[in-house]
Amino acid sequence: MDMRTPLGKVRGLGSAKSGTEHFWKVRTTSVALVPLLLFYLGFLVMYAGRPYADVVSALSNPFIATINALTIIASIVHMRLGMEEIIQDYIHSEKMKMLVLILNSFFSLLVGGLCLFAALKIAF
Amino acid sequence: MANVTKNRPLSPHLQIYRFIPTMAMSILHRITGGALYFGTVLVAAWLIAAASGEEYFNQVNWFFGSIVGQIILFGYTWAMLHHLIGGLRHIMWDLGYGFEKEFSTMLAKANLVASIVLTVLLWAVVLIIR
Repeated sequence: MDMRTPLGKVRGLGSAKSGTEHFWKVRTTSVALVPLLLFYLGFLVMYAGRPYADVVSALSNPFIATINALTIIASIVHMRLGMEEIIQDYIHSEKMKMLVLILNSFFSLLVGGLCLFAALKIAF
Repeated sequence: MANVTKNRPLSPHLQIYRFIPTMAMSILHRITGGALYFGTVLVAAWLIAAASGEEYFNQVNWFFGSIVGQIILFGYTWAMLHHLIGGLRHIMWDLGYGFEKEFSTMLAKANLVASIVLTVLLWAVVLIIR
């Protein structure tokens, strides 16, 4: 028999210990990414394959540089959380799961860090 | 008591069910998400190249301008638009709408059609104004 009060039960925030945080972050970033990526995709298709001077001058435009940085940040957070869900669904061995979850975080931060550094270097 | 959990009946999995549009789009949503995850490496390569100077940029950029690069980029834009439209369906469901059988099946089909149409449209517009 469970003697805990309803409040006591939610205090631990469930088995994942983070409540709805994962879900909420995925949704928040997805809402942000709708306008950001629509713009970003257009930009990418437009400029991929264009000469160096064109690309660099476009990427150093303050408006595009900001969009670029924001899209990178939101994308990295979103893709890390999304891959986390895939890993938790399909990898059942606890040790392997932990290892791959750490690799997921490292990969996301590495790619995000590189993109962000590059974006800011071009912008400034 | 050692093997109790191993002998428990399993819940039915993918092969038991009939393949339907909502199911196909759910699977495709995950596949495109996974593909986009690794696709960021391409965007990173392009941005880093642009930040590293003209000589290095020309090598990477040549690939994106080549036929193979353009096909990959086309696939990338489709995957992105498909995942984006799928995300809009998820937001609708999160808000409590669109669970009716016929409607959700129709939206699943529309997701695929819209992603293809928008991808072609995006490339057509870019090719015209570029």
